[in-house]
Amino acid sequence: MPIAAIAALAALTYSFRIAGPLLRGRVRVAPGAEEVFSLAAAVLLVCLAATGALTQGHDFAGWARPAGVAVAGVLAVRRAPFPVVVIAAAVTTALLRLAGVS
Amino acid sequence: MRSLRRTSIFAPFSVAAPLRDIGLVCLADALVGASFGASAVAAGLPWWVPILTSVVIFAGGSQIASVGVIIAGGGPVAAVAAGALLNARMFPYGLAVADVTGRTWWTRLLGAHLTTDESVAFRLRYADLGRAARAFWACGGLLFVSWNLAVALGVLAGTTVRNTSAFGLDATYPAVMLALALPSLAKPRARACAASGAAIAVALTPVLPIGLPVLAGLGGVALAVRPSGLARLGRKDSGQKDGARCR
Repeated sequence: MPIAAIAALAALTYSFRIAGPLLRGRVRVAPGAEEVFSLAAAVLLVCLAATGALTQGHDFAGWARPAGVAVAGVLAVRRAPFPVVVIAAAVTTALLRLAGVS
Repeated sequence: MRSLRRTSIFAPFSVAAPLRDIGLVCLADALVGASFGASAVAAGLPWWVPILTSVVIFAGGSQIASVGVIIAGGGPVAAVAAGALLNARMFPYGLAVADVTGRTWWTRLLGAHLTTDESVAFRLRYADLGRAARAFWACGGLLFVSWNLAVALGVLAGTTVRNTSAFGLDATYPAVMLALALPSLAKPRARACAASGAAIAVALTPVLPIGLPVLAGLGGVALAVRPSGLARLGRKDSGQKDGARCR
């Protein structure tokens, strides 16, 4: 990741963070704007999860990785603690690879 | 503000004692940070990339997302766009914590950098401004220290472990992102948005430059809007942007 990209993302993120305190009293966020941000962020995360689980570059990533992510997803839906979810993903994928599944 | 709490990945830990809760949040985040640092260097990025992003960006989801775009072979513009989109929610967060970051300019500048899902959630727990301020600063400060330490430790581990694919570490990135997103997907309409977005993103991956399919997946927000839903939601929250009606 080029240092300029890190600097740009850091600057953008800080602008989002400081804008609220600077503008407080002068602007009002529309009642549903917060929900839009939350929804767009969730959709983006799911898109990243799906492409990250299923693809590598432009191609299919193989079965082991999406299987691990699916197990993690089921655990997350069942409200398993966060560390358990992450470790389950790695362990499932690792065991499948050990068993010869790519 | 209910949605802010739900977006936090640590919603299950909703007990009373603030410092214990903050500790648990820091611990769980530390595991994410360590896996972020380890997988980033394991994927071939220089050791200083995860560490620098953690200090200057300090927003786990967007660090993971933007570094993930780079690892997948995407360009820097797509990486910055993905990270920035995730962090747009910091704007309403800033409004929510402006009353607890103090009156001097330097506490405001510092407080802004410590604004995260978690510190905002802890601030919103208390109506009393004094307690809210203490909760915000304690969570933000401790999280900054533990997150950066954990990422650095992860980097160390990642440079030691050679064959990361045998340990399934590549599955942790998507798993983290899924777990981060789930609390916001309680409503069927939000799930429809996410599912169509993911389908768009995966379908476009073979043909578009890497990094772009994920941004195209944001179209899922618009795709899941149905006229009936528009009418129903339009009455309740008039005057919002189109995407909001997706819920």
